[in-house]
Amino acid sequence: MTTQQKKLSMISFSGDFDKAIAVFTLASGAAAVGYEVNIFFTFWGYNAIKKAQGRATQGTGFLAKFFNFLMGGFKNLPLSRLNFGGISPHLMTYMMKKNNVATLKELIEASVQLGVNFYACEMSMVILGTKPEDYLHIKEQLGVAKFLKLAEGGQVLFI
Amino acid sequence: MSDITFLDITKEHCPMTFVKTKLKLESLQIGEQLCVRLKKGEPLENVPSSVKEQGHDVVCITHIDGDVYEVLITKGSFPTAV
Repeated sequence: MTTQQKKLSMISFSGDFDKAIAVFTLASGAAAVGYEVNIFFTFWGYNAIKKAQGRATQGTGFLAKFFNFLMGGFKNLPLSRLNFGGISPHLMTYMMKKNNVATLKELIEASVQLGVNFYACEMSMVILGTKPEDYLHIKEQLGVAKFLKLAEGGQVLFI
Repeated sequence: MSDITFLDITKEHCPMTFVKTKLKLESLQIGEQLCVRLKKGEPLENVPSSVKEQGHDVVCITHIDGDVYEVLITKGSFPTAV
């Protein structure tokens, strides 16, 4: 029994609403067809899994608090194009629901249920002054070396 | 004969077709059966094959009506890691 499980590792960097949909669609879909899935969250990518879903002054130090407030959390993810001051993600969610397509929230929930591994970039957390507890379901905080080791032998995507 | 669990994913789209099938299969015991009602096209092409790949048994695929099909699956003993 040496059949190795197929593996998909993603770096969730952008924090855009549409790109987060891509991350979690791939994550839940791959996990559902038997892949091991790892997501490494860094910089803006954190916004999708912040426990404080709206604007919150998280972090240690004035600048970190200010930055985290500006980042806005899950409820303020911008669309990468045609954002129109933040209206478009709400319109997009409405259209998704209307057409019976899973929303971002549902995709994140499905990913968690299917055992997708969430990892946090240690360096970005230092900059933002946050802790793994500030985010949902973080399994571990990692650096580049550990991520490369985890991703070895599988497919890697940067989104 | 044990009861067959029923799952309708005709209104679902990728990736929820796979997600709901996988989660439902996980809630069953080995040897129990699941009947998945799905649509022709992407779900019919991919759900049975991915289920097979994960060690479950596709017993039969029945055409119900129009583009609706039912796939009868027996849960296998292949470990499904979650």
